[in-house]
Amino acid sequence: MTNTDCIIEVEGLHSRFGNHVVHEDINLCVHRGEVLALVGSSGSGKTVLLRQMLGLETPAQGIVRVFGQPVHGADRNELQSMRNRWGVLFQKGALFSALSVFDNIALPMRELHTLDERMIRDLVMLKLKMVEIEAQHANKMPAELSGGMIKRIALARAMALDPELLFLDEPTSGLDPVLSEGFVKLIQALRTELTLTIVMATHDLDTLAALADRVAVLAEQRLLALGSLREVIGISHPFITNFFLGERGKKTLGNNGYIL
Amino acid sequence: MLLRRVTDEDGAPCLLLTGNYTLAALEQRLQALSDELAGYAADPGLHWDLTGIEQIDDAGAVLLWRAWGARRPKHLLLRPEQERLFSRLGKTPPLPVLPPRDLLWPVTKLGGAVFLLWEHLTGIVILAGQLLLDMKYLAAHPARIPWREISANLFRTGAQALGITALVGFLIGVVLSYLSSKQLQMFGADIFIINILGMSIIRELGPMLAAILVAGRSGSSMTAQLGVMRVTEELDALTVMGIPHSLRLVLPKVIGLGIAMPLVVLWTSAIALLGGMVVAELQLGLSYHFFINKLPDAVPLANLWLGLSKGVVCGMIIALIACHFGLRIKSDTESLGAGTTSSVVTAITVVIIIDAIFAVIFSDVGIK
Repeated sequence: MTNTDCIIEVEGLHSRFGNHVVHEDINLCVHRGEVLALVGSSGSGKTVLLRQMLGLETPAQGIVRVFGQPVHGADRNELQSMRNRWGVLFQKGALFSALSVFDNIALPMRELHTLDERMIRDLVMLKLKMVEIEAQHANKMPAELSGGMIKRIALARAMALDPELLFLDEPTSGLDPVLSEGFVKLIQALRTELTLTIVMATHDLDTLAALADRVAVLAEQRLLALGSLREVIGISHPFITNFFLGERGKKTLGNNGYIL
Repeated sequence: MLLRRVTDEDGAPCLLLTGNYTLAALEQRLQALSDELAGYAADPGLHWDLTGIEQIDDAGAVLLWRAWGARRPKHLLLRPEQERLFSRLGKTPPLPVLPPRDLLWPVTKLGGAVFLLWEHLTGIVILAGQLLLDMKYLAAHPARIPWREISANLFRTGAQALGITALVGFLIGVVLSYLSSKQLQMFGADIFIINILGMSIIRELGPMLAAILVAGRSGSSMTAQLGVMRVTEELDALTVMGIPHSLRLVLPKVIGLGIAMPLVVLWTSAIALLGGMVVAELQLGLSYHFFINKLPDAVPLANLWLGLSKGVVCGMIIALIACHFGLRIKSDTESLGAGTTSSVVTAITVVIIIDAIFAVIFSDVGIK
């Protein structure tokens, strides 16, 4: 049974490492065009779930479907066309250190084999402009860049093929507040131009409050809550109270216009 | 259907763009569309209406932009979000060109290589000097001697290397014995197989085989280990805790390999002799008992000491070179690969140079 509105479907997902159970029967549907934030304490399996959606890890049990197709067990061509439709921003950027900034962003475009080199050049410069990296940095190597720049260039690479689906793993960690605000604005602007679905794992309440349409809370091996931020805050559970309604959480949510 | 040419109310020719101008939608027909658009763009009086486009992404925008010759056509109708996209395109700077290569590059390249060689030489000497100072410090503070690390290194570089050195040693012994026995048989000098095998294996082949195998096996792993520790900032973490790299990381490796290496040499030589002995028995009919009894007469004891001392020196030098290259690795993957390669190549080269130096210095030791 495939729900057409779901861009990602997770059904009956169990995962464990040895004897350590990470997820127990997780069911989740990410709607087309929404921003879903995965929230949970360290070790609650946010990153594992994200990696399972990407096909980097295989769950012990259960199915993950992206664009209506199972991620695990799809054949090579299906998987490739699936992968051309999504972009991933890794926590530390994961830029290829052997390639320059330009070549890093150009790589997914060149792999398509349909774009000519002049078009790729224009597109790369446009992506760099989008993430506000000056042209002079295009020929630098990743080792010469600061952490914030690496993150922005990694976003440019994730957006290289204008994906419909974007995975962000801790998108604003390691960015200063000004940059992370810029990052949030950037994502918001992108969403007005394109139907973009975003799945992000984050700890940053500011980002969460500004971007997320729905929040999925992972704790105690299961999906504790799923709904808008306002609905999730309303649930009384020690983790949710701690995470959202602690000293820091109250201040942040207050700043973002949530009356508690 | 992506574009339609119509005539608008004022009678002007107008091009209506519809559908999806996204990379995913266009992928296969990109080239054809690009040519078609360029054809239309040649007409300056044409009105462009982009408001009918459902979705346009950067690739679609670049496609149009290139067709227009990197500027907006005179008559253009856009939606506000498209307006943003094209204004960004208008402000995109070109890719900066790399400065052309200097004409003197062969000279600068050669000079750079010489300086690099000098840097490595001084670097290794400085590291060796630092180790001497560390040993002096440890002599005064015996409680600080990193026993655990030394024993771990001894296990990794010595005990775990026994399998591969035995295999290679045995096969070399077999081959050497087989070829030599064929030649000796021609002269009826069968008995000299013991001299040939004994001298060549104990004095030369055993130590060299072991050193080259260990340089490839343990040298590379030491360099890679230190390199990854640089990438993951573990080296910096040690520094800020006040734990010197040379004392905790380099010294145990150098001492560990300095102890393990002569033992591995002994083992390799023994197994190689065993291989030779087996073939001597099969080919020439020399009994094991006779072979072992004759060996001390054929090979003076000095050769064994020479082989073992080569082992000690080579072991310490291999570890020193591996650590030197490991600590120089910068935090990117490229440098990790290059550093490990240079480490192993240098270590093997230096091992052979050391062997040559030994051969010259001890040319009249242990040879009857």
